[in-house]
Amino acid sequence: MRWGVIVFPGSCDDHDVYDCLKRVLKQKVEFLWHKDRLNRNIDCVVLPGGFSYGDYLRCGAMGRFSPIMQDVVEFAGRGGLVLGTCNGFQTLCEAGLLPGALVRNASLQFVCRPVHLRVEETDTPFTSAAKKGQLLKLPVKHGEGCYYADDVLLKRLQKNRQVLLRYVDAKGRPVPGANPNGSIDNIAGVCNEGRNVFGLMPHPEDACEKILGSDDGLKIFSSIIAACGKGEKKAWAG
Amino acid sequence: MLTPEIVAAHGLTDEEYRKIVDLLGREPNYTELGVFSVMWSEHCSYKSSKPFLKRLPTKGKAVIQGPGENAGIVDIGNGLAAVFKMESHNHPSFIEPYQGAATGVGGILRDVFTMGARPVASLNSLRFGSFDHPRTRYLLSGVVAGIGGYGNSIGVPTVGGEVFFDESYNANILVNAFTLGIAKKRRIFKGRATGVGNPVIYVGAKTGRDGIHGATMASESFSEESEKKRPTVQVGDPFTEKLLLEACLDLMKTDLIVGIQDMGAAGLTSSSVEMAERGGTGVELELGRVPLREAGMTPYEILLSESQERMLLVAKKGREEQVKKIFQRWDLDAVVIGKVTKDRIYRALFNGVEVARIPVAALTSEAPVYHRPMERPAALDELQRLDLDTIPAPADVATALKLLLDSPNIASKEWVYRQYDHLVRSNTVVGPSADAAVIRIKGVKQGLALTVDGNGRYCFLDPYVGGILAVAEAARNLAAVGARPLGLSDCLNFGSPERPEVMWQFSQVIEGMRDACVVLGVPVVSGNVSFYNETDGVPIFPTPTIAMVGILPRVERHVTPWFKAAGDIVVLLGRTREELGGSEYLKIVHGLVKGTPPWIDLRLERAVQHACLKAIEKGIVRSAHDVSDGGLAVALAECCIAGPYKPLGARIELREMMRADALLFGESQSRIVVSVKEEDLERLKQIAAQEGAPVQAIGEVGGSRLSIQQLVQLPVEELRSIWAHGLERRLKEG
Repeated sequence: MRWGVIVFPGSCDDHDVYDCLKRVLKQKVEFLWHKDRLNRNIDCVVLPGGFSYGDYLRCGAMGRFSPIMQDVVEFAGRGGLVLGTCNGFQTLCEAGLLPGALVRNASLQFVCRPVHLRVEETDTPFTSAAKKGQLLKLPVKHGEGCYYADDVLLKRLQKNRQVLLRYVDAKGRPVPGANPNGSIDNIAGVCNEGRNVFGLMPHPEDACEKILGSDDGLKIFSSIIAACGKGEKKAWAG
Repeated sequence: MLTPEIVAAHGLTDEEYRKIVDLLGREPNYTELGVFSVMWSEHCSYKSSKPFLKRLPTKGKAVIQGPGENAGIVDIGNGLAAVFKMESHNHPSFIEPYQGAATGVGGILRDVFTMGARPVASLNSLRFGSFDHPRTRYLLSGVVAGIGGYGNSIGVPTVGGEVFFDESYNANILVNAFTLGIAKKRRIFKGRATGVGNPVIYVGAKTGRDGIHGATMASESFSEESEKKRPTVQVGDPFTEKLLLEACLDLMKTDLIVGIQDMGAAGLTSSSVEMAERGGTGVELELGRVPLREAGMTPYEILLSESQERMLLVAKKGREEQVKKIFQRWDLDAVVIGKVTKDRIYRALFNGVEVARIPVAALTSEAPVYHRPMERPAALDELQRLDLDTIPAPADVATALKLLLDSPNIASKEWVYRQYDHLVRSNTVVGPSADAAVIRIKGVKQGLALTVDGNGRYCFLDPYVGGILAVAEAARNLAAVGARPLGLSDCLNFGSPERPEVMWQFSQVIEGMRDACVVLGVPVVSGNVSFYNETDGVPIFPTPTIAMVGILPRVERHVTPWFKAAGDIVVLLGRTREELGGSEYLKIVHGLVKGTPPWIDLRLERAVQHACLKAIEKGIVRSAHDVSDGGLAVALAECCIAGPYKPLGARIELREMMRADALLFGESQSRIVVSVKEEDLERLKQIAAQEGAPVQAIGEVGGSRLSIQQLVQLPVEELRSIWAHGLERRLKEG
């Protein structure tokens, strides 16, 4: 399969994702310049973390207007796999590809620390390699990662089982102390109704090798690789 | 007409003005006066410190570039080089903490990537006043947010640092920022203007009126008027810097340029003058072409602006369009604003009219150098006098230990570093909570370790010994993770050099650093001097901060400070002496800053470090932790509680006969607490004996309490809770 990592002006974790895919997972991966068109051979598009356009407005509010985003919206519409971490998640929400919004952390401070996450659903291309209820240890690092959804949306997310990851404590309980940013219902990652677009605040790409403290991030990437291997890509190969 | 008042307002003395007239053979005009004032400022000219800095050893096997360039460079093998420097941003950060600290980070990043290196790790060394001072919380919060705000957005991890609180910094905080980058040895760029006729190109953000005379401001003491200097603090834009970083690194993959330098202190003026000086050339600039943020700026303002996120480069003639194209891709301005000339004259035009014409040498090599008077402070004898018999031994040393763990100087700094992205670029093997940070370098086996250290209290009590201890502790911190030092960068933060006592402190610190560098084999490759750190006539503690970089032959062999498993044997490398001078204990428990700092024998220091390194390289060390602030008891407590997992207890028996407080909290140097598996103890003892390092097994890891003889019997969970909340609790109280 082929991966594309979008480089927005101000992307920071683009190199981290690229390195993880290429060196650790031996994948075919290329950077996609935000002013270019989306290459049609790509199987999974990654919107990396960082501060697109400096995020001086709402995070991701400018990024969604980058030329390549039109193609990403269309690609997602055709069922293409889209993964957004951190700033990528924010951008996907701003672009309307994912529901809800990410606002300033409840602490009003940037927070960089490892968190425990519980995998809530496994029938998606992003989490199939994990077991339901499995705990992952990944880092978060953001100032605006507080997920917000109103009651109507929250019910819909629950009904459609769109919440894929929740912040939990080491014992797997979604308690307030385990929530690094005040996200509603301890939500750390959600997918769209079509289950082909996934956004999460934690950084799987920074936890793909034991020497970095955790390789739990591989669960996310290997799920995607497995999904593409099964030929699910036919759904969107235009 | 230049009146004596105008000259004085530029921070120039009458004598200096006469020298300017001599050098020019005429009176300078207003613009030229401004140029002289920034170039001859202490900040840019090092006029008081130059003669002393020459004493520092700058050569070594690994040194590729010593002081004098934008940053120092050392060889790290496999055709790679580490490029690093530390710089102070003390004055701006005190006036406007968020922007001052943010632009400090921005400036040091530019110093590193201007040499062709991709910045991969930052550190910072911070000093604040006491928590009793009303501004401390505001300054701490602002500085930390500023460092994070800039470093996080540009995607360079802040992997470590230090924070220290003392009344001495109440009205003059210290913000020293360090960045390390990795470059290919064959692709290093320097700040040189060579090749007569080559175009001088301005890239990056537009020039505004911010930061005019920042360098001059940084060369004056504070008074109640300082608040009015807020407009001299620049405003940072990390997004533009990120674009500039990527564009410059793209540019450096090509062969289009001959030299490049960032516009830092004294902006366009110092960058162009320094490039001409190093190139042995002159430059001619047309200021009318400089991209401006606002209309109506004068040549004086354009030359002296310290607007951030700007670089100056000298391209090969005829390659201008290719250079522009690279910057256009990143939506940045790139404008030819001048050319390299042969005549060694610094010439500025404004819309064709000459506004400045100064020999380059007049601004650089001819700048004044002062051999200022020095005098040992009269109060020092009294300060150094400490009769331990007059210090009451605490009734309960366990309570004293708890007090120390709660001290903001010893308590966990998690509140600070969790606001920094310390992971981006996915190289961080050991982050901010250890003795030194460790990063890997993708594609090679070796890793780098980084630390920054400095104890102003020691230097205040004895600047010579303090200088030694700062270097020794930095090297020891590297040894504790398993790294051998390659080089260091320093920030020398002092009061006014016009004060003979301060100059004496400065000279003594340099001598101490020098001796330690020579014995420990660590060259100084870059750094800066920050004088005038005083307010209303009261200088700060003399505070050299030492950022040291070391190499681990195999990064996976690194060691962390915390105990690993019950049953491991706890070993002390080094020796405890009965001494309490300058200790955190004396300050916290007895309210005293007194005595002489701990004694040190540099040969013993070297032996202890080598023993630790060898044992780590043999793979037998499970944990290693430097003994520093708070002494042995605090170090042991940290080994129990500072790790990322559940705390582990330890049972310790110390054999030395001495006062309990000196035994537990004295800050004797050259000590490292290590733990090994029982079967490796003999091996460790042999290694220590070979190196001539004292070694003794002092206990065993295990249980849920830290027990030291009958003196301390405390649950580690309780110690952890105190240590974990010491800093955050104080911030919330505010």
